[in-house]
Amino acid sequence: MSRFAALFWLFAVTILSVVGSTVVRADESEARRLLTEVILYDGERQDVAVEALGEEGAEIIKVVVEAWRVGEVSTTTRAEGEELALLKTPEGWFNILTGDEEVPSGEVTINRPSRKLRKTLKQLVDLLDLSSSDPAERIAAVEKLGLRQKAEYVELLRERVTKQTDPKVQRAFEEALSISLLVNGTVEERLQAVKDLGELKSFPARDFIDVLVAENEAVIADDAAAEEDKEAAKDLLAAAVSAKEKIDSRQKAVEVAGTIFRGLSLGSVLLLVSYGLAITFGLMGVINMAHGEFIAIGGYTVYLVQGYFAQTFGEGTAAYEWYFAVALPAAFLVAAFFGVVLERGVIQFLYRRPLESLLATWGVSMIIQQLIRMKFGAANVAVSSPQWLSGSVEMGGVTMTNNRLFVIGFALFVIVATWLLLTKTNWGLHVRATMQNRQMASSLGVRSTRVNMMTFAFGSGLAGLAGAFLSQIGNVGPSMGQTYIVDSFMVVVVGGVGSLLGAALSSLGIGMIDQTLQPILGPVMGKISVLLGIILFLQFKPGGLFPSKSRSLDD
Amino acid sequence: MGVLKPFEKRSELAVFLLLAAVVIVLPCLNGMTGEESGWHVSNFKLGVWGKYLCFAVVAMSLNMLWGYTGLLCLGQCLFFALGGYAFGMYLMLMIGDLGAYKSELPDFMVFLGYEQLPTHWKPFYSPWFAILMVMVVPGLVAFIFGFLAFRSRIKGVYFSILTQALTYAAALLFFRNDTTFGGNNGFTDFKFILGADIREPSTGRWLFVASGILLLTVYWFIAWLLTTKFGKVQEAIRDSENRVRFSGYSTTHFKLFIFVVSAIIAGLAGALYVPQAGIINPGEMWPTKGLDIVVWVAVGGRGTKAGPIIGAVLVNLLKSYTTREFPEYWLLILGCLFVLVVIFMPDGIVGLCKRTWVRFVRPKAGSGPAAEEKALATESS
Repeated sequence: MSRFAALFWLFAVTILSVVGSTVVRADESEARRLLTEVILYDGERQDVAVEALGEEGAEIIKVVVEAWRVGEVSTTTRAEGEELALLKTPEGWFNILTGDEEVPSGEVTINRPSRKLRKTLKQLVDLLDLSSSDPAERIAAVEKLGLRQKAEYVELLRERVTKQTDPKVQRAFEEALSISLLVNGTVEERLQAVKDLGELKSFPARDFIDVLVAENEAVIADDAAAEEDKEAAKDLLAAAVSAKEKIDSRQKAVEVAGTIFRGLSLGSVLLLVSYGLAITFGLMGVINMAHGEFIAIGGYTVYLVQGYFAQTFGEGTAAYEWYFAVALPAAFLVAAFFGVVLERGVIQFLYRRPLESLLATWGVSMIIQQLIRMKFGAANVAVSSPQWLSGSVEMGGVTMTNNRLFVIGFALFVIVATWLLLTKTNWGLHVRATMQNRQMASSLGVRSTRVNMMTFAFGSGLAGLAGAFLSQIGNVGPSMGQTYIVDSFMVVVVGGVGSLLGAALSSLGIGMIDQTLQPILGPVMGKISVLLGIILFLQFKPGGLFPSKSRSLDD
Repeated sequence: MGVLKPFEKRSELAVFLLLAAVVIVLPCLNGMTGEESGWHVSNFKLGVWGKYLCFAVVAMSLNMLWGYTGLLCLGQCLFFALGGYAFGMYLMLMIGDLGAYKSELPDFMVFLGYEQLPTHWKPFYSPWFAILMVMVVPGLVAFIFGFLAFRSRIKGVYFSILTQALTYAAALLFFRNDTTFGGNNGFTDFKFILGADIREPSTGRWLFVASGILLLTVYWFIAWLLTTKFGKVQEAIRDSENRVRFSGYSTTHFKLFIFVVSAIIAGLAGALYVPQAGIINPGEMWPTKGLDIVVWVAVGGRGTKAGPIIGAVLVNLLKSYTTREFPEYWLLILGCLFVLVVIFMPDGIVGLCKRTWVRFVRPKAGSGPAAEEKALATESS
């Protein structure tokens, strides 16, 4: 295909663009016929076909063009001499002309478009997407088109801006049009475009505005430039700078909001993980190193419940979607049950001997980990999220995934529920009494053994819940709890032992700081600085944020 | 014999002499008997026992802290690994251009695209500087951390958790490639040590002897320290720190000193471990390793002189046997060991032996040990 033909085709697109919106969509057969022409012939016949193809809007064009580009289109000759264009799919060969399956009888040669043709076809496909029925595809296509700043698209875009009904799509079209105008418009148009982009707070336009600023600064500095050009340049420059400021401030706001969101969600995970720890540590003076394994138990419970639902109802059914609602309480109960076993089996012998309890529970943690490995294998198991947890919500440029939003909400729920349990129920009264003074409480009739058992079960259950959430965010594996155990101990120590409010605040704080530092220092250095920061923090507040008040010396 | 004075009891002296005998006899059996002899100790076996000796030393250093001063440090593996890394740097430079890339630079640096040796590596061409650093680096880290921790009176469980966090942070740091310590893979493929080929049996014997001498020295040093006034304060801190402080002792300084000394000992053990193991990587300072050391001490008997040695050797023998015969069950066994020892044998094997001795063998003459046993039982923090 000659260079002339390409130019000719571009010209055709420009013409088309004027009448673009009036194109009537024919059915696919015409598009198929033209595609076959384009593939089989070259020279003028091909050019004509390409030009005509531009007026078709069928989906098949996109499919074939993409296949052609990657070498999945071939030609062959039938016995009777008819030439065919074939599309290769996993199911076999298809005749592009008819869409029927074809078993090639003769030799099959892979056909590839020339470089020039590829380019023209690409543009053709881009324009095709502009009138796609899916708004998201329309937005993507128009954004790409705008960034190219091609003069030939300006009219086409202007034509279509007003025709968009979806406000989001309209915004994208305006943005693309303004970006194109930055280069291609008259002076007034450019000025207006810059101002519009500032109002739109368009992120993709930022680089182009930078270019504009540099250009106009050059014009102003240039002594040879005419006076009126300089005036225009000054106006443009001022507008560009103010637009840039608007965009930048918006960008910063979005970044900060994103960091806050991520910090909140990490903090919520930490809170779920460490709340149980804070309760057992604060109440019983027991360091539970196996806490991380209760998280894993929670995660595996979700895995099992999911498997059960998939087996009973089949994957993807409406009932299957609700497996997580069942898995949550199940994770709590299973972990709580194991908590009772651990408390009765090991920990009851070690009250008020934190160092020994630390060692014994470490042993327990190794045992549980190994048992999990022997039962489920050492590799991570896959837990799929239900539909309603796997989407995301966008608010003001910040993308928030549903599962993280859910974690934040659930963390709030856990805080409130625990607070209610501890302050409004009889059991909570007993727990707090035992926390304050074990001997006095038991001499007043509180059955501290039972309180211990229940509290430990509750703390373990919370860990199980945390594991259930982690299964939606990360991997479920035998050592999944290990990742969080050091962090959650830090949370408890920083918060002040026995203070649930402290644990809540410190987990949010640590989550925030971690997410703020990560983009600056990278994940590992961020984590290290947080750990060192905590060590330094304890210099000033050795008892944590809310130290337990006591007159006894060796508390 | 003035040197042997620190051993207050005959049993302690017996252990010391037994150890000395092992340190002399094993290399002799390796070097002087032929392979066909029933008494022969193979090079491999000698290397394994050399490593056990290093483990025993690091266990003793933890025992100094935990058994005699009441500070449970979960980061002893960090000091061990730091010492190992410092000496490993020297060993890496001794490879010269015999590495896979035939470059003067260590292999991993070539791999990561370094043009020349980073400045802080250069002095490590000198073995003496490396040995100095083996002591200085862990000592300094312990000093800074200990200063901050003890000054703000962080103790008990908090101290343990913080040492674990420190270890965790350090391991993360060493796992990175850009800290110039070989990242994941650490240092390996050593060729020469002090001019000798590291794979020669005679080098192995000397390393074994050096580990043995370190072990005996540390054993003697700990025993000696306990006979001094300093040692009495040390034990008093373990039993009731507040009472010691109210008596006018600055417990902070005592604890800091012990912490630094113990870190240096651990570093030396690490330095001798690396040429015998032939590799050092960040896995050695992973928090679980720190807890392994705690198990050795707990199993052997904390607060006893021979306990850490017995514990380190026995647990490691058990480990090498189990991981060979039933690899799946090793963690289960180790976990159960943890739980059972903590609940039923708070003062480990040595404590168990003492009890049995007192109860069944010498029921009457046991006033001394019985009192000690009582002290052991009540001191649990």
